[in-house]
Amino acid sequence: MFHSARVVLPLLVTLAVLGILVVAGCPKSTPQGTPQGGGPSVVPPAGVGPETGTGGAKPSGEPIKIGAIFSVTGPTAPLGEPEKMAAEMIAEQINEKGGILGRPVEVIIEDDKSENTEAVMAAKKLIETEKVCAIIGPSGTPATMAIKQMCQDAGVPLVSCAAGRTITDPVFSYVFAVPQTDLLAVAKIVDWLKANKIKKVASIYVANPFGESGQQQMEKQFKEAGIELLASEKFGGEDTDMTPQLTNIKGKNPEAIICWGTNPGPASVAKGVKKLGITVPLIQSHGVANAKFIELAGEAAEGVMLPAGRLIVWQSVPDDHQQKPVLKEFAEAFKAKYDRDADTFAGHAYDALHIVAKAIEAAGSDDPAKVRDAIEATTGFVGTAGVFNYSAEDHNGLTKDAFVWVKIEGGQWKLAE
Amino acid sequence: MIRRTLREIWPYLVLAACVAAFPLVVRSTYVQFVGATIGLYAIMSLGLCLLLGYAGQASLGHAAFYGLGAYTSAILTTRYHTSPWLAMLAGIALTSAVAITIGRPALKLHGHYLAMATLGFGVIVQIIFHEGGDLTGGFGGIAAIPPLQFGSLAIKGDKLNFLLIWAITIMALAISANVVNSRVGRALRAIHDSEVAAQACGIDVSRYKLMVFVLSATFASVAGSLYAHYIGFISPDPFGLTFSVQLIVFVIVGGSRSVWGALLGAALMTILGQQIERYEAIKDLNTVVYGLMLILFVIFMPAGLADIIRRVTDRIGRKGVVANG
Amino acid sequence: MDLAGKLLQLTLSGLAMGTIYGIVGMGFNIIYNATGVINFAQGEFVMLGGLIAVSLVAVHVPLAVAVVVAALIVAAVGLLLERLAVRPVSGQSVISMITITIGASMLLRGVAKLLWGPNAQKLPAFSGDEIIRVGPAALESQEIWIAGTALIIVIATQVFFNYTVAGKAMRACAINKAAARLAGVNVERMTLLAFALSAGISGLAGVVLTPKTLMRSSSGAPLAVKGFCAAIVGGLGNGIGAVVGGALIGVLESLGAGLISSGYKDAFALLILMVVLFVRPSGILGRNTDREGL
Repeated sequence: MFHSARVVLPLLVTLAVLGILVVAGCPKSTPQGTPQGGGPSVVPPAGVGPETGTGGAKPSGEPIKIGAIFSVTGPTAPLGEPEKMAAEMIAEQINEKGGILGRPVEVIIEDDKSENTEAVMAAKKLIETEKVCAIIGPSGTPATMAIKQMCQDAGVPLVSCAAGRTITDPVFSYVFAVPQTDLLAVAKIVDWLKANKIKKVASIYVANPFGESGQQQMEKQFKEAGIELLASEKFGGEDTDMTPQLTNIKGKNPEAIICWGTNPGPASVAKGVKKLGITVPLIQSHGVANAKFIELAGEAAEGVMLPAGRLIVWQSVPDDHQQKPVLKEFAEAFKAKYDRDADTFAGHAYDALHIVAKAIEAAGSDDPAKVRDAIEATTGFVGTAGVFNYSAEDHNGLTKDAFVWVKIEGGQWKLAE
Repeated sequence: MIRRTLREIWPYLVLAACVAAFPLVVRSTYVQFVGATIGLYAIMSLGLCLLLGYAGQASLGHAAFYGLGAYTSAILTTRYHTSPWLAMLAGIALTSAVAITIGRPALKLHGHYLAMATLGFGVIVQIIFHEGGDLTGGFGGIAAIPPLQFGSLAIKGDKLNFLLIWAITIMALAISANVVNSRVGRALRAIHDSEVAAQACGIDVSRYKLMVFVLSATFASVAGSLYAHYIGFISPDPFGLTFSVQLIVFVIVGGSRSVWGALLGAALMTILGQQIERYEAIKDLNTVVYGLMLILFVIFMPAGLADIIRRVTDRIGRKGVVANG
Repeated sequence: MDLAGKLLQLTLSGLAMGTIYGIVGMGFNIIYNATGVINFAQGEFVMLGGLIAVSLVAVHVPLAVAVVVAALIVAAVGLLLERLAVRPVSGQSVISMITITIGASMLLRGVAKLLWGPNAQKLPAFSGDEIIRVGPAALESQEIWIAGTALIIVIATQVFFNYTVAGKAMRACAINKAAARLAGVNVERMTLLAFALSAGISGLAGVVLTPKTLMRSSSGAPLAVKGFCAAIVGGLGNGIGAVVGGALIGVLESLGAGLISSGYKDAFALLILMVVLFVRPSGILGRNTDREGL
């Protein structure tokens, strides 16, 4: 029991020391984009940038600070990890090409540990102590929602890498998003269903924000299109056996099954569909648009179709398509640096960081308010997810043209249109 | 008599002074937010500390009470436009009712069984949060939760929330210290040492255990309401098993047999979590570091940091006495 | 598919998952009997087993060898856990034990995430992706492997505990440590053996499970929770009970998801757990003679 002065006083002192530690420790954070120690000049790290590293003069002056919040650890890590890798790579590339406005760029990456409170802490730190001019991320919708109001109040533009529709609806002037939303994905699916005269479908979705949001869109848009949703089943993020849910769906005899989730659940769904001998088409969401899905689902992935961004099928995209050079450069650089394929999430980080970088160039300043105006004025930006045209009403900036139909054939993604 | 009272309350006065001075000295809203978060965690750790350290009962479902408070506040204020303070009280009432319902049968069980019952309870409550449809907003959560208000003063921003949260933390600390030093506290210690012996001395074991369980649940509920009104947005994520376990880490590291230890544990681990980020080599290792610390503390410092500080100061104190004598 | 076919399918898939819960539950029981500890890191043993096998197969170790080696490595991890973390606090309060194993589970999960990354890993099915038709229902061939492995583990542990000296000694420790010591049983060694055995069994379960369910660093916790439920429902400390409890939970969960609501799938197992805890804490097969004086 602690009631003697001898004990409480040192306790308070300890607390005070800890407090000072936080304050004092703040500006010392290690930047990601630029190697630390040694003035403003930045040494371009070796080993990256195929034909990009030439040309630009060495950037100099005060670094331009861009914050990034990704879920590097915790349940959302499969998204946050590639995002972090891509952001680090792009920061290096930008600096090799001469930086932004002739100044080096410094991307300060914070891990929100897949937790809302940590995301708020990270955002406050970036805004307050790092004085960043914009923030990209977070990886997840709940984390983005937790900091949305704060970024708005602080007047620092946020370009989220999360797909939830609530991020940009209603529009907050300082909050943007780069991923294709489920609104567009479902619209693309509705088109396909109509074209194939399919009237009765069943859905199965993961119990998390991504799945729930997709389900809501399906309910809404299918109703409008006169497509009947015979059954809707859920599975948990860590669930591994979807047989019960699929047994239910099979009993309803749908003409197609639509699965909304991110790995690994949808792989188990694909396996379950095959196991139960269900032969109707299985449509997946853009949430599985990475090589991991084919690897996990194995043979069961054969014939699966989904609307996806062009990044995963970049090799099949015709050479005259405006996205082709961007996709090729990014996919090849990512593969060369990390020896793994760039997935959709890595692409989100690419789009977000480049949109911010371009906006700073356009604004000619790293003043957050000016950067915001320039982001909103972004039109015709060709990114990995599609061509972005932001406006005061639309802070997502994509159309359903951002999606293509892809089909898995012979263990490979194939362009199906 | 007055001197005695003073001797008992001066630590709180010092702490209160430090708290009041903090936002004036530290202007960074980031640090203020970290400070406020520590306060929230400390409130919950205090409750858990009473339960774990004094009543000897483990709860692996405390995040559920935190969530119940947060959701009650959020639902009542956004869906039914209740005043935030009233919503907070409703949260306390609901949480107490739930704690009594769960606690009555669960506290008859011992050791592992209570841990498991609360674990099951915690997971079920989190499932209810995300399956709650329009009421809880599912995974999308609830946004635009209004702030607490004092008359016309809205508790918005980090400074005011910091002050409010810490005022409540100090209250919780005082309540906990009182419980510990009261008849209830002595009964609890007796239960901790030997339940059978305590029973034999006429202590109503299950009643005392239930009291502490409900009190600790109430603390968590208050923290949840404060959190909801502060951040303005909640979703089911923060109210799961991971957070329940994190609270146990706070209490064990700080020292489960000292209410001040709970405070220290919450502060140290939260700051450590922020500091880890700074070092490239270990920044993705937070789970490993937490796990390792938990093991090392239980093995080498079972009474936590509070005990270390006590021992060090005791030694210094003794030396002082010798020197003076 | 008619209702009978649906029920058959739900029951079969439930049984397949349920046997896994049962094996995890048995792992809990072995350690609980020897030490009175509920090992919260039990799920991480399963996860490690699966992931180690994935890595072994990736470097072209034959599957049969990989299974054995993975189980042995996990057994070694269990041994280390007992030696380095559990033994130093033996004799302390239940809470210390709970905390230490929780710490161990976080540590193992964190290390696994570093080694294998955040994504799920895959292991090929032991005998191909064959689907076996049972009337209107279907079974994966791997599910037969899972059930078979469970059966072998149950028989082997029963033989071990009833017919070998070490097994009998371990049971003696569970009944009364002091008396066992007086009778010349090396209690410390038995505890060590219990951890190794329990970890090894769970690791083995992880290997046979992975081809069906995939495996990642975070897969351990949900399995541990279900394993708990199995152990409690079957009666804590009762080996066969855990398997019965696991099967029961697996089937009820599957029926619940298929017939009532898939959103509450995980809640079903936990509801069963709480009902059993509150109504009959000794489990449906347990006797009311718990060491903690229930």
